[in-house]
Amino acid sequence: MIVASNLTKRYPGGYEAVRDVSFEISAGQMVLVSGHSGAGKTTLVKLIASIERPTSGSLVVNGQNLSALRRSAIPYVRRHFGMIFQDQKLLFDRSALDNVLLPLQIAGLSRRDAIRRAQAALDKVGLLAREKANPIALSGGEQQRLAIARAVVNRPTVLLADEPTANLDSDSAGDILELFADFHRVGVTVVVATHDQSWIERCHPNVLRLDHGRLL
Amino acid sequence: MSAWLTQHSAALAAAFRRLLAAPMSTLLSLLVIGIALTLPAFGYVLLDNLRELGSRASGVKQISVFLELGASRKEVAEIESRLRQASGLTWRFVPREEALKRLQQTEEMAEIVASLPRNPLPDAFIVEPADTEPAALEAISKELAGWPKVAHVQLDSAWVKRFDAFLRLGRLALAMLAGLFAAGLVAVTFNTIRLQVMARAAEIEVARMIGATDAFIRRPFYYFGALQGALGGLLAAGIVLGGLHLLAGPVGELAALYGAAFALKAPTAIGAAVLAAGGALLGWLGAQLSVSLSLRKFD
Repeated sequence: MIVASNLTKRYPGGYEAVRDVSFEISAGQMVLVSGHSGAGKTTLVKLIASIERPTSGSLVVNGQNLSALRRSAIPYVRRHFGMIFQDQKLLFDRSALDNVLLPLQIAGLSRRDAIRRAQAALDKVGLLAREKANPIALSGGEQQRLAIARAVVNRPTVLLADEPTANLDSDSAGDILELFADFHRVGVTVVVATHDQSWIERCHPNVLRLDHGRLL
Repeated sequence: MSAWLTQHSAALAAAFRRLLAAPMSTLLSLLVIGIALTLPAFGYVLLDNLRELGSRASGVKQISVFLELGASRKEVAEIESRLRQASGLTWRFVPREEALKRLQQTEEMAEIVASLPRNPLPDAFIVEPADTEPAALEAISKELAGWPKVAHVQLDSAWVKRFDAFLRLGRLALAMLAGLFAAGLVAVTFNTIRLQVMARAAEIEVARMIGATDAFIRRPFYYFGALQGALGGLLAAGIVLGGLHLLAGPVGELAALYGAAFALKAPTAIGAAVLAAGGALLGWLGAQLSVSLSLRKFD
């Protein structure tokens, strides 16, 4: 369960990316965050993932108030989220498998268990055969699927994605949407920031529409 | 516990991989660290050998206790008894007859001694204290001088003081040199780690976003700094050993020319371990400073 109350994020310089936003997302729900460029979608996703900290208001995820977190507790909270970034943030100095292994190493899993789980995640997104490939050798769609594998390998309770299909063709975008739908079906809460109309129509009415930081 | 161990062993393995990933750069860094540690280590070994040589020199740190000419056997026995009761002293009695015999054996003195109507030499004790610090030697001398029937106590304190002052100066210079090179080692590690943090900026950023703690991010850099320092320390120990091996022959020949047998004392395995541990500690410190400053931009 994600509950935001009067959530505001003001950056140094005074720019308010998110203004007085309140909403509730139930556990296991799939919700889209839509809006034009600069509407505050990315900031809202980052606030939920505790990558950014709110300026005011409260944000409670799974009963934990993220606004009141101590700095040292933030990494542990982030591990409950699977985060997919717009630019994927893959590491190009290592293989696809090693990219997926990173969250498991952070969690302290033994190498053997970590490899088993990373391979299962790669299999889920259809990339097991390419586990040894460097991400640079993957297509845009494959890179996005690799980013999803990395996001879900730690079995997060909430999957957050920021414009996951922004640079993909419609077929690849459809595959990604199917993957999110699959995770949603097994009970994972999915929050996706997107301006892709086909997604928005499909998920209606679970859409949070933002405009200049305000919820419409 | 197992997660803790897994993460530490993974960080150590990552540090090894980073050392091996750029062998040339690693080798050059190790040489710099090795040479920086060699100079103070070599200085320490030389001072240690000098101290050993000094303490072995004849007459040094011995106290000669001369008794009055008229001291009886009973009075000599009384002094012997007092020496026996004093702790930390070894001593040897030199009867006046033996002293005269020795003087007669001296080429330049034989004729003079033969012309003497009677033995002018007193009975004496040669005392060697366990504590050879100049202050302790002086205190013991003063105490011995106050004993009955003791006519004169001789300690070559000026020589002892000069030698001790020289050793202290050497130790101070060595400490300053060590401090200077330690700072150099920290600086070398600082720079190496700073470059590594820059090269791994993407990985650090991603790791932070997906839940890595500060400790997880810092750990491989700490291990790297400590490993590099330890290997540099071992290299320094190797260089010192090699240097002493090369010097051993000429030093032995020089000692033989002075009629002495002296061999340079090489550092022990414990000494090498201390050098490696010192290098590791300084490397860790350099890494700690570098990581703390470099990671601020990721906050």
